Amino acid sequence: MNTLVEKQSQCAPVKRVEENQYLMPAVNIAETKDTYVIEAEMPGVTRDHLEITLEDHTLTLTGHREPAPPPGEAVYVESKPASFRRIFDLEPTIDAGKITAQLEQGLLTLTLPKAERVKPRKIVVTD
Amino acid sequence: MTLTRWTKPEVTGWSPFWHLSTLRDEIDRLFETPLAEFTRGTQQFLGGWLPAVDLYEDKDSVVVKAELPGMKKEDIEISLHDGVLTLAGERKQEQKFKDAELYRTERFLGRFQRTLSLPSPVESDKVSATYKDGILTVTLPKTEEAKPKQIEVRVN
Repeated sequence: MNTLVEKQSQCAPVKRVEENQYLMPAVNIAETKDTYVIEAEMPGVTRDHLEITLEDHTLTLTGHREPAPPPGEAVYVESKPASFRRIFDLEPTIDAGKITAQLEQGLLTLTLPKAERVKPRKIVVTD
Repeated sequence: MTLTRWTKPEVTGWSPFWHLSTLRDEIDRLFETPLAEFTRGTQQFLGGWLPAVDLYEDKDSVVVKAELPGMKKEDIEISLHDGVLTLAGERKQEQKFKDAELYRTERFLGRFQRTLSLPSPVESDKVSATYKDGILTVTLPKTEEAKPKQIEVRVN
């Protein structure tokens, strides 16, 4: 399994505050016949605050969360105010130009289609 | 994982240290298992999915927020009984992953339930809830008696 390798090798499924104060969103990664699908949980992130960048097969997902004014005095708080970030190394067979993203109720779904198979080429020896 | 040469177990030569060495193997194996796997198991053992919940209070109402990314509105249940608020729901396995090969499944599936004792009495028939960007917000207006009142004291 070297299809979608994560940059940080220690990827815990539990939410964890990174050194740079980013939370690691919980993800599901699946592969079907012709696509890869990444689902990342980013509650509280709106479309305008979502940043997806692709650079040299490195996919970075960042979901910024604005610290909203609390609706009163905090009695009990479990949520962490930090933003989300997770970085993946994509397999070269992914057609980077056709990646699509959808954000619905704090769940980001990325669809990464596989590129058409590179056909074997015949190399003719010239004189 | 380390590859160790397999040796034929000595059937006749009983050793008092044999059990100790298997115990050591077990401990080694435990440490080789990614810690993440281990904590995930524990979390499920302790009751599965526990979404983060926040509780706020101001002079007029109590506000509860819960992080529930990727749910359907109709799969969230909210109930109030005797000053205890219960948030429950279920996330079902999605059909689109039926024939897919899964590499990572960190998202929780199944049921969750959180119960919270409210700090003040609330008007149960005036409770409202919204679900936006994966965050459920429940607003519970306080009863008139629970609201702080300013009492004017006349000093003669």
